[in-house]
Amino acid sequence: MSAVAAFFNPTRQTRVLPGFGLSIGYTLVYLSLLVLIPLSAVFLKSAELSLAQFWDVVTAPRVVASYKLSFGASLLAAAINAVFGLALAWALVRYRFPGKKLIDALVDLPFALPTAVAGIALTALYAGNGWVGSLLEPLGIKVAFTPLGVLVALVFIGVPFVVRTVQPILEDLETELEEAAASLGAHRWTTFRRVILPILTPALLTGFALAFARAVGEYGSVIFIAGNMPMVSEITPLMIITKLEQYDYVGATAIAVVMLVLSFVLLLVINLLQAWSAKATGRNR
Amino acid sequence: MAVAGVLHGRVDARRFETNAATRESPWVRRTILGAALAFFALFLLLPLVAVFFEALRKGWGTYLTALSDADALAAIKLTLITALVAVPLNLVFGVAAAWAIAKFQFRGKHFLTTLIDLPFSVSPVIAGLIFVLLFGAQGWFGEWLSAHDIKIVFAVPGIVLATVFVTFPFVARELIPLMEAQGREEEEAATVLGANGFQTFWRVTLPNIKWGLLYGVILCNARAMGEFGAVSVVSGHIRGLTNTMPLHVEILYNEYNFAAAFAVASLLALLALVTLGLKTFIEWKASQAVKETD
Repeated sequence: MSAVAAFFNPTRQTRVLPGFGLSIGYTLVYLSLLVLIPLSAVFLKSAELSLAQFWDVVTAPRVVASYKLSFGASLLAAAINAVFGLALAWALVRYRFPGKKLIDALVDLPFALPTAVAGIALTALYAGNGWVGSLLEPLGIKVAFTPLGVLVALVFIGVPFVVRTVQPILEDLETELEEAAASLGAHRWTTFRRVILPILTPALLTGFALAFARAVGEYGSVIFIAGNMPMVSEITPLMIITKLEQYDYVGATAIAVVMLVLSFVLLLVINLLQAWSAKATGRNR
Repeated sequence: MAVAGVLHGRVDARRFETNAATRESPWVRRTILGAALAFFALFLLLPLVAVFFEALRKGWGTYLTALSDADALAAIKLTLITALVAVPLNLVFGVAAAWAIAKFQFRGKHFLTTLIDLPFSVSPVIAGLIFVLLFGAQGWFGEWLSAHDIKIVFAVPGIVLATVFVTFPFVARELIPLMEAQGREEEEAATVLGANGFQTFWRVTLPNIKWGLLYGVILCNARAMGEFGAVSVVSGHIRGLTNTMPLHVEILYNEYNFAAAFAVASLLALLALVTLGLKTFIEWKASQAVKETD
């Protein structure tokens, strides 16, 4: 333990508080056993494939179709959430209306509601005989069991991300800025575009990236409503499941590697965005 | 992200509405509010209402029969067991990690914090896959495990492991910023006055972090009981044995037994509502505590 402590504390400053060796040691062992070693299994297993084989698996037409759907729908869902999440955050901070506290609490529903429950509820709503589906069907719009259904599920699970990243920034916004803009003769829309939006942009982008990252990996809420037709409405996580069900462990792992690499890149981007947001608004987290 | 909620009291909207400089024209206001409320109703309220509506569509008799079914009860039991193991494990880890990260200076601290958050960026399906790769029949430890007649994947231990993985960061990520913000003066004073490590933690740190801790535990528990993707990969879907509540919902749904599927789903939706209620209560309590110290 002292070797561990020495590595982390190169300057050997004196510590008043006890328990550093124990807590850091426990943290590292637990993290390694449950997260780092299991995750490394994905990369090691995929090494059983040659580069050419790996390439064939991850660029098979059915898999490529799933990337297009997963990325396209996730981007679109995150964009929809950026627009309506901003409107919702704005209304929650700046307007008074009945049921506001309840709505504020329910914004986190997608975090608390199990994804399978969300999945079957959305399917029931958007199926041809559902409350929403039966209104859209006469217009020739089919949602459930089409790529549009995937989009609906991904919008649902992404709702809290944008609202909860933008809301605290809006709350902290000094009214003086807007007063100054107004007194200088700026139109309200100009004030929003030139004063408020630049302050919100880092948080808005962070929320967008978080919603996108979550949507790409999402499984439970999507598979019920998607219909899961090959080449049409299969998401990438489902491709991993399909390979596993055929006992093609190496194939499943290869697709997992692609997704993991993307997740790590997104994590890096989100960290940079959060640092930017903290710098732009003077807030820490 | 969630932390902001704990430490943040909501501001009074009147401040903006009575100020000509921060107010929109009535029709702009109506458009924004209308869009926000329509979005809320369509994507959040309606699915929630639909769960209970579908669950009770065929009456209370069908509802209660679905819930008292032996397989449903077994699924409820397994879900409770899983949460009872996974949540305390991540609670202890979260406290240990937050103590090390928030109270001491060391190299690679930021990197360690990022690693702790890693499970949130991994698709649930991959979270299940990694344990199949380790402990499955073709996995690294597969042969050894089958030689010793130990089952992990397609059995309860695998479900618990996958759940621990997906709920890994919840407690730690609430506690780290909270304990960092509180600094270490109070603990140092206690230590200098002769308290041992345990006394310092129990009497000084814990009262300061109790709401943040509870907040993390509640969110951790909600995810542990509701996890679907990761658990689905390692479960094997053996009725009455390795089905958690979300997996039982899926099986019933795929058998076109919608009333029963939504009945079990309604229990999970209730859990979500209780979670949100407790969360709001804790946020209120925490903002009261902040006001008192101001």
